[in-house]
Amino acid sequence: MAAKTMFEKIWESHVVREEADGTTLLYIDRHLVHEVTSPQAFQGLKLAGRRPRRPGATLAVPDHNVPTTDRRFGISDPVSAKQVKTLEQNCKDLGITFFGMNDIRQGIVHVIGPEQGFTLPGMTIVCGDSHTSTHGAFGALAFGIGTSEVEHVLSTQCLLQKRPKTMEVRVEGALSRHCSAKDIILAIIGKIGTAGGTGHVIEYTGGAIRSLTMEGRMTLCNMSIEGGARAGLVAPDTHTFLYIKDRPLAPKGELFERAVRAWMQLTTDPGAKFDQVVELRADEIAPQVTWGTSPGMVTGVNGKVPDPREMPDEKSRKAAEHALEYMALTPGTPMTKIKLDRVFIGSCTNSRIEDLRLAAQYVKGKKVAPSVHAMVVPGSGLVKQQAEQEGLDQIFKEAGFEWREAGCSMCLAMNADVLQPGERCASTSNRNFEGRQGKGGRTHLVSPPMAVAAAVEGHFVDIRYWS
Amino acid sequence: MQPFTTLTGLVAPLDRVNVDTDQIIPKQFLKTIERTGLREGLFLDWRKKQDGTPDPELFLNQTRYNGATILLTRDNFGCGSSREHAPWALLDQGFRCLIAPSFADIFYNNCFLNGILPVVLNAEEVQALFQAVRASEGYQLTVDLAEQTVTTPQKTIYRFDVDPFRKNCLLKGLDSIGLSLQHEPTIAAYENKRKTEAPWLFPDL
Ligand code: SF4
Repeated sequence: MAAKTMFEKIWESHVVREEADGTTLLYIDRHLVHEVTSPQAFQGLKLAGRRPRRPGATLAVPDHNVPTTDRRFGISDPVSAKQVKTLEQNCKDLGITFFGMNDIRQGIVHVIGPEQGFTLPGMTIVCGDSHTSTHGAFGALAFGIGTSEVEHVLSTQCLLQKRPKTMEVRVEGALSRHCSAKDIILAIIGKIGTAGGTGHVIEYTGGAIRSLTMEGRMTLCNMSIEGGARAGLVAPDTHTFLYIKDRPLAPKGELFERAVRAWMQLTTDPGAKFDQVVELRADEIAPQVTWGTSPGMVTGVNGKVPDPREMPDEKSRKAAEHALEYMALTPGTPMTKIKLDRVFIGSCTNSRIEDLRLAAQYVKGKKVAPSVHAMVVPGSGLVKQQAEQEGLDQIFKEAGFEWREAGCSMCLAMNADVLQPGERCASTSNRNFEGRQGKGGRTHLVSPPMAVAAAVEGHFVDIRYWS
Repeated sequence: MQPFTTLTGLVAPLDRVNVDTDQIIPKQFLKTIERTGLREGLFLDWRKKQDGTPDPELFLNQTRYNGATILLTRDNFGCGSSREHAPWALLDQGFRCLIAPSFADIFYNNCFLNGILPVVLNAEEVQALFQAVRASEGYQLTVDLAEQTVTTPQKTIYRFDVDPFRKNCLLKGLDSIGLSLQHEPTIAAYENKRKTEAPWLFPDL
């Protein structure tokens, strides 16, 4: 039998039928839904007089629009409130499970899927959200789709897809202390570029990936889309099985044992070929900070704001000039000299319990600089609860961080958590696009420890040499 | 969905790389539960300069591009969020065809599902078109999906690739959900097979 990649195994086990040109009707095992990209899909479904084929394979949650402050009185923005209400009503009408805003299980859609055991290895998982790639950490083929495709999945439990190409990103060696999965993925994007993975599914391999925890792998796969790839994959192993075991929606008992045996077969066979291979050394990765308005505009914290005149071609020179103008940065400035106004710890990239534990470890005994406004937004109600049981909220609050309710929050600033024009933010989220965190706001993407250090010092610091 | 066969139309230039969907349509327009009315949000944050005056560089602020139906742009157009509001907003503004050296995957797919044809030409061809568009006011191109060609006023012909399946759906304006539903028995057979192979996938919520 020919050697196969993990991607090929998952893809082939989900082919329902194939057109002559290779367009595939692909079966979808799990579907996540949030309030922003679904209303037009539900409306289309209803207008066509259709019903969801398998309502029980879909899980819905509002996350983008929800306030992160006291929720007992609902959402004050009437437009947001209507969107959330529309999701709830659609779910009620069609028999879809819905975790409401005041349900402890509510949270960012990509945090709650794994948390509930809804995400399992070998599955196909989709959501009308590009960061669906997060779920690839379990060895599931998970990718973002548009609203028309949300309707397609609801109606048919399938999607029409062209088979993507495969890319192996191999990271060997050990990460230096204080560096984390976030630094690995930012370094990868810096290397391949924001379109480097276009048309590909990335499988992350190598010693540095194997030693990441499940949550680290989620951070890694989360940002595959920022490298242009629709999906990222990490082979399931003991870390994966232990994480899944006993989650509310995971298989139990003998069924679990049987599933694990099948999951162990998913890994890429020795000798299987990828269309592209990229290699990195983990020991060469410094803590990363973005300087521009695209995640590929990134450097080590020990580096400097680059000079557009030194860019290899006209296109990148123009893009860099534009970005530096927007970011109000001067070429040659050491990254550690950049001062911050805001710090945001949260988003589906870095808001899980391990992220908060790690961040809290660096916060302990310190104070947020008076010039900085810092906040922590847990990824889900359950993460928040767990953090509070461990006393992490106290550590953050004593240092001067705000401690909020779960949601997307200032990752995209659709709720009230917004940067003011000109404000500069160290953010653990995944996108530094112009205006992403508020019109005129300036975003620097970093890991949680880097965000903490920036909050305390008021500027970036090399966390490796920070006392 | 409106079919796409041939289109002769005015071309508007957007000379930026990595245009993300947050720029195409900012988040405040994502709160809608409709597909229409998104035109006012199209490239909203780029319409004015920091001092509040209209940015003359943006094509939307130049009357010579009023009524454009073809958007000419650069690499990795439509990257970022999966929001289908991006193609909806472009469609609302009147664009039926986009030309670039590359598109981000999800956006590319979303275009086809909304009757917009994304055309990939190589970087030199796109560069030549940018020069031509800037040089002559009222510059039009003819895009023929069946023939897979873009023709300039000087009768230069550029060829592009497109998947046969997507091409056929767009040419005929087919509803892809309807097409997939025709295979209902095959879907059901697949589900039955999987229930025995991988039963842990099936306990529904
Ligand atoms: S946290 Fe940010 S990136 Fe993640 S789903 Fe929410 S808005 Fe999207």
